[in-house]
Amino acid sequence: MADHIVSSYDQELKLLMTKIAEMGGLAEGLVADSVTALTRMDIGLAQKVVLTDARLDRLQHEVEERAILLIARRQPMALDLREIMGALRISNDLERVGDLAKNIAKRVTAMHGNMVAKQLVIGVEHLSEIALEQLKAVLDAFTTRDDAVAMEVRKRDDEIDALYTSLFRELLTYMMEDPRNISSCTHLLFCAKNIERIGDHATNIAETVHFVVTGEQMIEERLKSDGSSMIGSIGAE
Amino acid sequence: MGRAIDLRTLAAMLVGVFGFFAVISPVPAWALIGGGLVILIGSALSPRALRADRRRSQPMSGPVVWPNPSMKAVAEALPDPCIMTDAQGIVRFVNDLAIQRFGLVSRGDPLNFKLRATALNDALERVVALDRAETAEWLEKIPTERWFEAHLAPIHFQPDPHATLRRPDFVIVVIEDLTERRRSERMRADFVANASHELRTPLASLTGFIETLQGPARNDAVAREKFLGIMMQQASRMKRLIDDLLSLSRIEMKAHMRPDAIVDVGELMWDVIDSLQPLANENAVELCAEIAEKPMPTMADRDELVQVFSNLIENAIKYGASGGKVDISAEADPQGGDQWLVSIRDYGPGIAEEHLPRLTERFYRADIVSSREKQGTGLGLAIVKHILTRHHARLQIESSLGAGATFSVRLESQSAIAHSPQINTPNGEQTRTHQSPAKIIRAR
Ligand SMILES: Nc1ncnc2c1ncn2[C@@H]1O[C@H](COP(=O)(O)OP(=O)(O)OP(=O)(O)O)[C@@H](O)[C@H]1O
Ligand SMILES: [Mg+2]
Repeated sequence: MADHIVSSYDQELKLLMTKIAEMGGLAEGLVADSVTALTRMDIGLAQKVVLTDARLDRLQHEVEERAILLIARRQPMALDLREIMGALRISNDLERVGDLAKNIAKRVTAMHGNMVAKQLVIGVEHLSEIALEQLKAVLDAFTTRDDAVAMEVRKRDDEIDALYTSLFRELLTYMMEDPRNISSCTHLLFCAKNIERIGDHATNIAETVHFVVTGEQMIEERLKSDGSSMIGSIGAE
Repeated sequence: MGRAIDLRTLAAMLVGVFGFFAVISPVPAWALIGGGLVILIGSALSPRALRADRRRSQPMSGPVVWPNPSMKAVAEALPDPCIMTDAQGIVRFVNDLAIQRFGLVSRGDPLNFKLRATALNDALERVVALDRAETAEWLEKIPTERWFEAHLAPIHFQPDPHATLRRPDFVIVVIEDLTERRRSERMRADFVANASHELRTPLASLTGFIETLQGPARNDAVAREKFLGIMMQQASRMKRLIDDLLSLSRIEMKAHMRPDAIVDVGELMWDVIDSLQPLANENAVELCAEIAEKPMPTMADRDELVQVFSNLIENAIKYGASGGKVDISAEADPQGGDQWLVSIRDYGPGIAEEHLPRLTERFYRADIVSSREKQGTGLGLAIVKHILTRHHARLQIESSLGAGATFSVRLESQSAIAHSPQINTPNGEQTRTHQSPAKIIRAR
């Protein structure tokens, strides 16, 4: 909401949380739009995604500034400090989610309306549905401070990984079958990788929610079973 | 835009009727929450009360205004979800319909804690800044696609004679569900796209055979018989495809509505098993059913659940025929939770792990050759998934190559309603004496 004189500490904290919710809404919208742009080869929508992402970046800076000011001026303790730290971390993750959506949108523009096999696009869409479910669930968990839901999200990440692996193999098969498929399949492969990483950010947020609610850090490494180490390194755009 | 006008009239009405006696005293919100409007003011202003109530209501600035009872009554009478916020976007009132649709929206929290759609929150900001009505439209993809349109209007309690731009006291947000309308628009487009895409191949082959019969094979009786047979097969595949696409569209149309009939899972399973007995015999597959005898009520669309279990059992018979038998069980979920677990297990070739996550996608076939042979369209499991989503039920697939496959469905139980008298629980009588050609092993 518009800026105005804020007075109490609680008000400032709530305003910070409003900014996070705003970022969440934007990020969810960007992911949904970028995938719709991909499935319909809608260049106009893809361009809109690229433009809107800038807004997410600005919001992230604003969250950072507000959080730092809040810590400096109020010197919060325990739970309050955790909430601010949580907001900072989540805004980082959401900003990355926006970047990943933007990458997908850019790929759509680069594909020049060249559609790949329909089954593959359905697969990418399926992947994005799960990623969006995860993102929504974890953002809701943050506003309601629901640790159980957050932990559920963290568990479900395996589903995204399994689906990604399956898609990855199918894409490779297509490329080997017909070299003409290589260029468009590569684009799609990166899109899938980006969505898989959006899922990872949802998991990060889940861990942050856990930290905010319980005060415990999640140290145990999540096992990555996507079996596609090949693309793992180059997938980082 | 009929709605927007409605809303403006409503806003005007609210202001007109209640404006003059509205409570917009500079009484802080916590005093009002406390319940005793004026009486409490004195005590609430004490520093201790201030501290105690600090967390209960956190206005962004200035005095907080709460909708008075009459305003609430009007909002409650609306046929659509309605939320009122103050000029800072903090929720001050939510009607029952809004709670039903969007879950609990906490009063005192910013609107975007619950409704994050950017279009909606941007519109809210514009209403406050420009002091005029706005509309916003957005699509929610999760859990099923839903389209919404919100009409927002500013409300001032005291009309300002000097007409200087002033923040509204409230913003009233009325949300209309456009899902049905949008879906039927989309449905036609999707159907045409899918049908034309999927029918092209069988049609091309059909045309090919016709051309051959008209030309080179004109007088070849043997070839004619053979070709006509294949053409018949292709035609029936096309028919199935159209049927499946139609039923997928119909289910997608209803995806956002929760089914409300009470259905007994056990009785339903017996019906499905009976209807598939001929197919099982044809494929030399034995159906082994283990259905708990107690009533297993759930909220469902009966025909749709029949479709789910027919599809699953049909697949088990068709693809798992080499295993010679299919186990079908329905019982209270041993893992707990108030739900029923229905499992269908076959002993056929199974499905390679990499296919499992994708089986429910439209047109996905694990084994393209065998699916074509069996006249499969690759839509069966997509339909299953759509129906189950609408029923808030989950499908679990376990399989590995060479080890058969298990498809499990978890359906929420309606145990609370099960004991009510008007429930039409599938005549326990009939279930008990049911004579099915299937080999019956009963649990409990
Ligand atoms: N019990 C099973 N064992 C092995 N493979 C299976 C089994 N059930 C499904 N499949 C595989 O999953 C694919 C998708 O199944 P689905 O029911 O969606 O389509 P279909 O059977 O080909 O078509 P339809 O059901 O519309 O006739 C099948 O083509 C088959 O490869
Ligand atoms: Mg089938």
